[in-house]
Amino acid sequence: MSPLPTFSTMAPEAGLKQAMALSRPDIIETMKQSGLKGRGGAGFPTGMKWNFAAAAQAEEKFVICNADEGEPGTFKDRVILQDHADLVFEGMTIAGKAIGAKEGIVFLRGEYTYLRSQLEAVLDRRRKQKLLGKAILGSDLEFDIRIFMGAGAYICGEETALIEALEGFRGEPRNRPPFPVNTGFLGRPSIVNNVETLASAACILQKGVDWWKATGTEHSTGIKIFSVSGDCGKPGVYEFPMGITVAQLLKEVAGEGAKAVQVGGASGLCIPASQFQRAIAFEDIPTGGSIIVFGQQRDMLDVLHNFLDFFVDESCGQCTPCRLGNRKLLEGVELLKEGKCSMAYLQELCALGDTMQIASKCGLGQSSPSAFLSVVKNFREELMGRTYSHV
Amino acid sequence: MSPTPVQETSSRAPKSQQSLTIARAAGGEAIGGTVTATINGQEVKVPLGTTILAAAEEIGVRIPTLCHHPDLCVAGVCRVCVVEVEGQRTLQAACAFPITSPIKVLTHTRKVRQSRRHVIDLLLSEHYGECYACGRNNNCELQALAKEYGVDFFRFGHPSKPKYEIDCSSYSVIRDNNKCVLCRRCVRTCIDLQEVGTIEVAGRSDKSYITTFKDKPLGSVVCINCGQCINRCPTGALRANDPTDDVWAAIDDPRKHVVIQTAPSPRAAIGECFGLEPGTPLTYELNTALRMCGFDRIFDTNFTADLTIIEEGTELILRLHKALVGKDAAIALPQFTSCSPGWVKYLEHFYAEYIPNLSSAKSPQQMFGAVIKTYYAEKHGIDPKDIVTVALMPCSAKKFECNRSEMDDSGFKDVDYGLTTRELAKMISEAGLELPKLSKSDFDAPFGTATGSGVIFGATGGVMEAALRTVIELVTGTKVESLFDKANIIPVRGFEGVKYVELPITDVGPVPDILKHLVPDWNWLKGATLKVAVAHGTANAKKVMEDIKAGGMFSECHFIEFMGCPGGCIGGGGQPIPTSPEIRSARARAIYAEDAAYDVRKSHENPDVLTIYQEFLTDGPCGRKSHKLLHTHYVPRGKYIE
Repeated sequence: MSPLPTFSTMAPEAGLKQAMALSRPDIIETMKQSGLKGRGGAGFPTGMKWNFAAAAQAEEKFVICNADEGEPGTFKDRVILQDHADLVFEGMTIAGKAIGAKEGIVFLRGEYTYLRSQLEAVLDRRRKQKLLGKAILGSDLEFDIRIFMGAGAYICGEETALIEALEGFRGEPRNRPPFPVNTGFLGRPSIVNNVETLASAACILQKGVDWWKATGTEHSTGIKIFSVSGDCGKPGVYEFPMGITVAQLLKEVAGEGAKAVQVGGASGLCIPASQFQRAIAFEDIPTGGSIIVFGQQRDMLDVLHNFLDFFVDESCGQCTPCRLGNRKLLEGVELLKEGKCSMAYLQELCALGDTMQIASKCGLGQSSPSAFLSVVKNFREELMGRTYSHV
Repeated sequence: MSPTPVQETSSRAPKSQQSLTIARAAGGEAIGGTVTATINGQEVKVPLGTTILAAAEEIGVRIPTLCHHPDLCVAGVCRVCVVEVEGQRTLQAACAFPITSPIKVLTHTRKVRQSRRHVIDLLLSEHYGECYACGRNNNCELQALAKEYGVDFFRFGHPSKPKYEIDCSSYSVIRDNNKCVLCRRCVRTCIDLQEVGTIEVAGRSDKSYITTFKDKPLGSVVCINCGQCINRCPTGALRANDPTDDVWAAIDDPRKHVVIQTAPSPRAAIGECFGLEPGTPLTYELNTALRMCGFDRIFDTNFTADLTIIEEGTELILRLHKALVGKDAAIALPQFTSCSPGWVKYLEHFYAEYIPNLSSAKSPQQMFGAVIKTYYAEKHGIDPKDIVTVALMPCSAKKFECNRSEMDDSGFKDVDYGLTTRELAKMISEAGLELPKLSKSDFDAPFGTATGSGVIFGATGGVMEAALRTVIELVTGTKVESLFDKANIIPVRGFEGVKYVELPITDVGPVPDILKHLVPDWNWLKGATLKVAVAHGTANAKKVMEDIKAGGMFSECHFIEFMGCPGGCIGGGGQPIPTSPEIRSARARAIYAEDAAYDVRKSHENPDVLTIYQEFLTDGPCGRKSHKLLHTHYVPRGKYIE
């Protein structure tokens, strides 16, 4: 694979300087042209999100950096914040100019408290360098960033739950519409972008749309940072082009011969070896960057049990399908393990999974059954022997 | 009537849940337009921001709901009301989806039906108990949904053991989390509708549950017992503390003389428990039912409502006299009404420094208890220890009130049991009586005569209207009809959250006999402007109290009526379930219609009231004897819990 242009090769503040020279609509147009999609996993087009917030009329607007990296198997934002915090803050500042916000907030995962002092130091330095505060780089641009500590709830990675938590309420997703781009933090237009998305935005401003689009696929442009863990020889954080196949990725991380790969974390899809030629891209297997490799020795029911245990713990509990559905799926896995789950009940649970995907209030409940459904679908033989048909 | 500048909501509900949010979603400039929704192929034009639920209702399509309630801010959590919206990958909650652009909606596709059924099945898998052993049997929204969606087995199981202990610590409200479906209506009622904030959700996921501060029993936290949560609970998770077995036992005991007083609001609502339309008054059928149930005497709480007006009105005149003539700066004004025990406890918790402003007059319920066990007992030669007084009230807080330790001025517990409308309906059913078909009969003497003023105590503004009818006539000497057509003081009526009225006193008349010992003349009131206000529901009370604290316009008032419940007593926590703004207006209409039908409509013209002052409370209103029996004191409780 050819060497990629990486975050490490970016010149300091080059993107911001580019952005200063552009008008607000031009920045947004650049983002739209780049085709950048949200790196948190949902894949919403970043330019479109910025455009909505820019178009909204309000006295105040906010740029929120979602650094509540909680998806199991994801740790790339931590590395970005550790090694490329300037790039993230630069991206936030560019976003601030684009949408007309003066305030940026980093919602930092509770478990990353140890990063806070380091990040505050970067912010202080940037203020001294006139990269934050009033009259940024001698212009009339005003923008500053503060850090808000999360308290460890997975659900707060969901943007509206994150905003509720910022406002001091229980971190629980809101009804949408209205969307945060119109009615966000304190009821003001707000954009919530993932750490990597903001860093990528700074890269795009610096190197240009063509450079960005040279990597990736038509519908999934650019590079993507992956967190790779599990049964492979070289786990870690990687930059790969969007559209990389599972097989290519496994080769890079010394994970050939895997039984399955979980793409997109606990809420993602479980891909069996027979589908390793599929591409990791929004049009095929979407991901926020979590790759978990399962070797041949892994029992897929153990894998599911682990994931569902996580969701049963992390559902906020407000909507019925998620609050109780995950519990029923977990109990179903336990029944399967004990050989006590009938085929009929397994089908019932799959139907329940379908319901959860369409009837849950937010992305958590909508995606938590994905692993269950894909394991049942893709590892049918492994499970079939463990159901019983003598009802 | 002047406009009432009250502050923006101070609700503790997340801003995103408060009712206004939906309207705002369309963007300020868009509000006012209309939009077309196509529901199941049928077009309907609705104002921008209308929910799918409301739009469907317009064309006769009912979408089932559970967490939605017409009185409450939006939640969208139960997911029973999900529908398909064209262009959306997932189903949308009809109760929470504002229509801001033309949309196409399908309300009962296979996906929708299956999702709803799964939601109901999931709720049933956690809902402990059997329907036939539940107070909400046949009036339970979960049960109704299960029926509607053809649930004939427990797809995802059914709990065999309770998970939570039942909290019976409160005199008023019992919490049984085993039946809770986590719709959070009670939470929204408490933090947003009432702005009290007693209950909240704690924990996460399937371990989340409704609880109080630090999981303390309801009886020992800041709860005003209003019972509004009960009225909005879709299942049997919240219920009132029910004393009907004790009441039956008293009736069954031949040594006991069981007296019941009935408040005005239950009459306007109890028909709902027997399948009648809201607002069907059954006052006289109810009397017959009570007699047939075995109560020895049936009295009208309106009698003591009239007595309250005389005592509270006199107290107001005395306060005004001391403040205006005596220039006594220590006199607490405005005077606040004290009939609503929910409001009284709210003030004791949140605004204890304003206790001196509360009228010391007891509520009509408690006055009646004291009068029955003294005056009535003496007059009829019955030993008060053998009298059991029962109060039929629209209220759950009345149960707490009658158990307040200071309520024993008769030498006994003044009121033994507080029954809610719902509980009495149950007794009537148990006795096999078809209430709407019963013959009519009157109240018993000696408290048989009541006035229209007493009746309207049931609706917000009623106490104020009754007080004004009396005060205007006693002070000005002219008939109130000369100022307000048919003595209907319209400006204090209606469901506006806070009402404010100014009444200039241009002429004064002679001091009537009943007050001669208190004030020499009325000249000191000539040219004054009486300023009064009315607030219902503690959220509105809070607005007024905050205004008073800030020295705003309400601090200039002389008299303010506060009711703890939205709509006043007709919307009380003991009234039939369900409740809604429409149901409460229908009940209020019944009450005002009853008022209009009375010959005597003013408290000071009630002959029985005049008799009690001649025969028993001989030193007059606010005299020594009335102070002992008819007045009380309050407890500063504060908002902090140990």
